[in-house]
Amino acid sequence: MRHLLAFCCCLLGLLLPLAHCAETKQAPLAQGAESNTTANQPPANIAPLVLDLTQAKLNKLLPILKQLEAVSDESMVPLFHAMMHGDLYFIKANRQLVVATEESGQRLYKGLYSHVLMPSISEDDLKKIRVNNRLRGYLRNAIARVHLTAASPDVREAAVRELLAHLDKDTIATLERLYPNEPNKKVKETMGLALAMNTASQTNLPDSTRIAAIDRLSTSLENDVRNKLTTLTYQDNPAIKSAAQTALKHIAQRVERFNFLNQLFFGLSLGSVLLLASIGLAITFGVMGVINMAHGEMIMLGAYTTYVVQLMMPNYIDYSIWVAIPAAFLVSGSVGVLIERLVIRHLHGRPLETLLATFGISLILQQLVRTIFSPLNRQVSSPSWMSGSWEINPVFSLTLNRLYILAFSLLVFLVLVMVLKKTSLGLNVRAVSQNRNMAKAMGVRTAWVDAMTFGLGSGIAGIAGVALSQLTNVGPNLGQDYIINSFMVVVFGGVGNLLGTLVAAFSLGIATKFLEPVTGAVLSAILVLVFIILFIQKRPKGLFPQKGRAAE
Amino acid sequence: MSRLSQYFSAGRTSGKHTMPFVVILLALTAFACLSNLLLPADSVFHVSTYSITLLGKYLCYAMLALAVDIIWGYCGILSLGHGAFFALGGYAMGMYLMRQIGDRGVYGNPNLPDFMIFLGWKQLPWFWHGMDHFWLAMIMVVLVPGLLAFVFGWLAFRSRVTGVYLSIMTQALTYALMLAFFRNEMGFGGNNGLTDFKDILGFDLQSDHTRVALFAITGVILALLFVICQKILSSRFGKVILAIRDAEARSRFIGYRTDHYKVWLFVFSAVIAGIAGALYVPQVGIINPGEFSPINSIEMVIWVAVGGRGTLIGAIIGALLVNYAKTRFTAIMPDAWLFALGAMFVLVTLYLPKGLVGVYAQLMSKHSSKTPPTPPANTTASVKESNA
Repeated sequence: MRHLLAFCCCLLGLLLPLAHCAETKQAPLAQGAESNTTANQPPANIAPLVLDLTQAKLNKLLPILKQLEAVSDESMVPLFHAMMHGDLYFIKANRQLVVATEESGQRLYKGLYSHVLMPSISEDDLKKIRVNNRLRGYLRNAIARVHLTAASPDVREAAVRELLAHLDKDTIATLERLYPNEPNKKVKETMGLALAMNTASQTNLPDSTRIAAIDRLSTSLENDVRNKLTTLTYQDNPAIKSAAQTALKHIAQRVERFNFLNQLFFGLSLGSVLLLASIGLAITFGVMGVINMAHGEMIMLGAYTTYVVQLMMPNYIDYSIWVAIPAAFLVSGSVGVLIERLVIRHLHGRPLETLLATFGISLILQQLVRTIFSPLNRQVSSPSWMSGSWEINPVFSLTLNRLYILAFSLLVFLVLVMVLKKTSLGLNVRAVSQNRNMAKAMGVRTAWVDAMTFGLGSGIAGIAGVALSQLTNVGPNLGQDYIINSFMVVVFGGVGNLLGTLVAAFSLGIATKFLEPVTGAVLSAILVLVFIILFIQKRPKGLFPQKGRAAE
Repeated sequence: MSRLSQYFSAGRTSGKHTMPFVVILLALTAFACLSNLLLPADSVFHVSTYSITLLGKYLCYAMLALAVDIIWGYCGILSLGHGAFFALGGYAMGMYLMRQIGDRGVYGNPNLPDFMIFLGWKQLPWFWHGMDHFWLAMIMVVLVPGLLAFVFGWLAFRSRVTGVYLSIMTQALTYALMLAFFRNEMGFGGNNGLTDFKDILGFDLQSDHTRVALFAITGVILALLFVICQKILSSRFGKVILAIRDAEARSRFIGYRTDHYKVWLFVFSAVIAGIAGALYVPQVGIINPGEFSPINSIEMVIWVAVGGRGTLIGAIIGALLVNYAKTRFTAIMPDAWLFALGAMFVLVTLYLPKGLVGVYAQLMSKHSSKTPPTPPANTTASVKESNA
């Protein structure tokens, strides 16, 4: 022990670069474990084994690793990990372990225990600790086994999952030892699965035990379990074979069910995007009777606003979206008001001309964006809390950004309904949409209501742009991709009917996604379009036509 | 009654311009052809083959504008899907030209076009059979757009889909067709479309003479269609069409089957667009799904709007002017063209609802203020969207 400390002190003086002088000078004063970690030395109890590791031949390494695993805990993982990937080296002069890392194209070495970069070390000073496939397999399992005793249940579960693919004797022994004492229910279940997999494949066990194990397996959706069962169906034993087949069938049914849910989720996700894109249109088209071909460009402006906001606050990407939503609403909304005041107002009662004029505006806006931001697509990064997915089981997981956008679209929808139902602006808007002249006679400022309605619809399109920027790249053609579908949604749902728009958006989204596996993406889009074209022939006023004298 | 007499006068006054216009059109076509063939290349009046091809393209666009105008200007149906009929006519012609390549393709297969060999197809799809006969291809040029227009129009007009609804439906139609034609499985060359044509009816497509002949044919057909449109629209049928535009419900109550009138006019218009497409393809040498894109269809509408809708001459002039401007603009500053096009949409709809012909008519009526004001464009261009 004294030797070791002295040894490490010498090394420190010799090896660590000047930059770390301050640390190194304190190291000799420190005691025990702390000095060991800062000084790139293994904990004392395994030091001799680690030393052996650097001296042994390749075929002698396995027993050493086994001993290491037996005596140590989670602190062993970095060593195993580095060794598995062939990044573990030792310094020839003092047998100290280092890890090779790649940083910006340069090969650098870090102390395994100190985590301090060692710029002075070159490849000539080092020797690699060699590893072969057998060792790699062992190491992979060993890491997982070490993780089995980790404090966090999530880590433990992931470790058991990792082990499912290659169960060997050591692993089974470890699992059998840990299984009875496992406190977490989910981890215990997964462990039981691993043990059942082992039991099922033991030919020396009685059939009844094995069949019970297979039954146990049939409740799982893990890929490895399915592979195991598939191999079991090729065995000679007829009882086992049929049991495995039934289990597989059972699993296949469940997978089918979850695939259905998955498609449903993607359909709902597409529906939420369609809803966001078309809800603003439902207001301008449905309430004002103005067909706004530049609506897609309002979405695009919203998406670009998100991009610009992120450029302005690069260090706060997670919060930028909260700035982007109101900013996009304001930008698109004010552009909308401007369009209404400058152009649409003069074309009142001439819907076809309005269509053409707004189409011209959409061309101008597209080209404007192309000139300012270049025609290339721009990448908008998602906040960290929106990335990743919610894994419910191995075959069914929901991507978080889609989930959030789904919730967001419903929220926007609710807010909009509230605005129309509960505010005085909403009252005015509904009055103007039902009978413009009468509203005017009652003293409603229809011109002002028109501008506000148009601004509201455009602003919501801007918010849709924020949501879309989280799903796709932002480019000048972003709006065009959605405009035709948005019109389809509005027309399908019934003009001037927000609930119709909601139903139409989700039914079109789900229909598209359920057709996709059968027909392919493009054909499903075409079929949905054709369906709407035919549907409109049958019911020209959409799913939920407006009743009363206002509707002709 | 006074309205009716106005329609009669409308027919007569536009008829007054028909003959001179046809003569000018044919004379210019003949001049361009002759100057290309007879005059030496360094002469001031020589028209290069490049210009001839360009002019031929413009004339096809003018024909297309004619098709859009007879339904938009005269019947108030704004179709945003006429590019589909144009492209279908073009594809029918393209299929014929493709079959004429024979074994001169890259793969040298006499039975299959190159792209089918590329896709690993063993035999010709059924709809390609017989397309190596010119007469069948020409029937298809008329039949396919006509049939599509009939089915679509019959469904739409029978259930009284009008106004912006119809416009959006037509746009969705051309969008769906674009998506469909982009697929390789459709058997129309997918993304690349049909191209690399060699000859038509045995004449080399690259030779000057063929190009001049195609141009001349386009000019003659345009003049012919112009006269036919004029005749149809000033006939009894045309008057009902105008009545439908101005008061559809009233015409229906009087006893006219307005949906029948609209369907037949729509089919006629689609056929004109198909013919324009068929003349367009051999001159530009390619047809691809891009022709179906909704923006193309909307551009056609702006040609008509610029020239003056509700007047056939206006449509033709508008198509020629806008496309000439496009050629010049995209050559000088390509980025500015979309700005200009967009501005044109806005300004024309705001300030020139009757187009250039309307401006001309206004100037003329100011000039001769002694005579009672019956400007030709006035009666035909005042569109009321009674059924929006």
